Amino acid sequence: MLRQVLAVTRINLASIPQRFWLSLSTVVAVGLVVMVLLSFLSMAAGFRRTLASSGADDVAIALRAGARAEVNSVIGRDQVRLLEDAPGLVRDAQGKPVSSAELYLVVDGIKRSSQTKANLPLRGIGEQGAAVRQGIRITGGRMFAPGSNEVVVGKSLLREFEGFELGRTVRLASGNWTVVGIFEADGSVFESEIWADLPVVQSLFNRNNVFQTMRMRLTGPDALTQLVAYNDGDPRLKLEVKSEKDYFADQSSETSDLIQKLGWPLAIAMALGALAGALNTMYSSVASRSVEIATLRAIGFGGFPAFVGTLVESLLLAAIGGVLGALFAWLIFDGFSASTLGASFTQVVFSFRLTPGLIGQGIALALVVGLIGGLLPAIRAARMPIVQGLQG
Amino acid sequence: MSDLPLVRLAGVSKGFVKGKDAITIFDKLDLAIPAGDFVAVMGPSGSGKSTLLNLLGGIDRPDTGEVQVAGSRIDALSEGELSAWRAAHIGFVFQFYNLMPMLTAAQNVELPLLLTRLGKADRRRHVETALTIVNLADRAKHYPREMSGGQQQRVAIARAIVSDPELLLCDEPTGDLDRTSADEILGMLKALNRDLGKTIVMVTHDPAAARYARRTLHLDKGHFEEKELAA
Repeated sequence: MLRQVLAVTRINLASIPQRFWLSLSTVVAVGLVVMVLLSFLSMAAGFRRTLASSGADDVAIALRAGARAEVNSVIGRDQVRLLEDAPGLVRDAQGKPVSSAELYLVVDGIKRSSQTKANLPLRGIGEQGAAVRQGIRITGGRMFAPGSNEVVVGKSLLREFEGFELGRTVRLASGNWTVVGIFEADGSVFESEIWADLPVVQSLFNRNNVFQTMRMRLTGPDALTQLVAYNDGDPRLKLEVKSEKDYFADQSSETSDLIQKLGWPLAIAMALGALAGALNTMYSSVASRSVEIATLRAIGFGGFPAFVGTLVESLLLAAIGGVLGALFAWLIFDGFSASTLGASFTQVVFSFRLTPGLIGQGIALALVVGLIGGLLPAIRAARMPIVQGLQG
Repeated sequence: MSDLPLVRLAGVSKGFVKGKDAITIFDKLDLAIPAGDFVAVMGPSGSGKSTLLNLLGGIDRPDTGEVQVAGSRIDALSEGELSAWRAAHIGFVFQFYNLMPMLTAAQNVELPLLLTRLGKADRRRHVETALTIVNLADRAKHYPREMSGGQQQRVAIARAIVSDPELLLCDEPTGDLDRTSADEILGMLKALNRDLGKTIVMVTHDPAAARYARRTLHLDKGHFEEKELAA
């Protein structure tokens, strides 16, 4: 039986050039389906990765209870002081905690790609603001000087938005600021931010004695339990304390889920179109090979090899489409930089990320199209009356 | 030629429905063809010559009656059993050769052997023998498009005989050939019958072709008239 299957499959595949344009149309249709799907999935994966890499599990973040994002949160100075005395925090030689009370504001920026206004995050950070985060490196210029109208900007923000080049003066709200440094943050969401000295930001934006979040470096991930218990046990706090990792996971899930929920239905709608194309191609294939199929059946070949041969042809065309779609998606989208609105209503710059797992999903969808598109024509090939087939 | 019938039809009826009309091709047809015979079947278009060949080859079924070929009641076999039976007992030669255009002559001839248990070396040997019988050993690696009609039909004959079936069923084997090529093919069929004892049933419109057979059956209105031709 295997010999029969191999022989019929070989004959089928060798005859594809006779149906070149029709076969090519199926390959292209399936390829487009996969490319569209992977563009969405890689966007979601890139966004998720950017936010996921932003959070550490040994950094805690405190927000107002019920606040889902930094921009909605408010913390008073008294609460900041209480948190500084909390257990489980890393402390320096003087016993001061490695922590940063921060203000998170929205300012305007101009997108390079569309020349449209977009919300950018301006973060006022304490003197330990960089130390509390991992992987922060000044790659150009220097850190802002305390008490000055200076800012440092993230690498991604510089790439996507105009006017933040080193040395430039930018107007944010009512004040002028000088860009004195560019920083990297291991591709995390912080690279989409503008950082300035907290007291200056509080003063210029009339937010004296008000903070929005507090970040604290923990002695280890397990210390979070102590910190949460401390927070819950003091009625003056009653904040929401979680690991930075969990915070960003929550932030990423809504947007990445939305992207995926857009991507899959669109890809499936397109897949239905590709399926019609595949069915048409394979029915034409069976029709054009009817004499060959009937001749083989007359010689003594069974119906099953005709079934398998047709199905393999369909799967092969779909697989070629899937691989080409994935290849083009990779060439076009992998590493492609884009920005979108994050949960704090500010732009998050991220890179599309096409992982092997996503490519697998794309090719699996292509094979499903090939399988369904080939199934009915394969059954027709297997059941075709020999006499009718010999008449062509 | 043996007296034992290799082919026996008993009370075979066959018809089809065209629109609202039921058309009868055969009505209780009887036929016996002994092993080693070479029978030409002639008759007007629509007389059922090809249908007869299809019934004998097990690619069509009678409405009623028995079809016994090479010891098997083939009208009672399942589709799967019929496929295996055809592979073992029948060689088909078609008017338009029905070669696989993407396969070489040798690969085309090898096809029936893929249904056997023969190994690669044995299959190659059988293919060489069959191609030698039809005088095409030197064209083994040629594709059908590189050969004339007569050569393609010789490849088809090699494919029909390569697994050594008892019965060759030839449907207008010279219908697409010029006279010279047709005579060559008919001479080859005659030699296969005479020298290798192959039983041949050949449908033809051509009286000249029919003269190569041992006898001719004229099929008309569902009945045979027999005429002995050659010794």
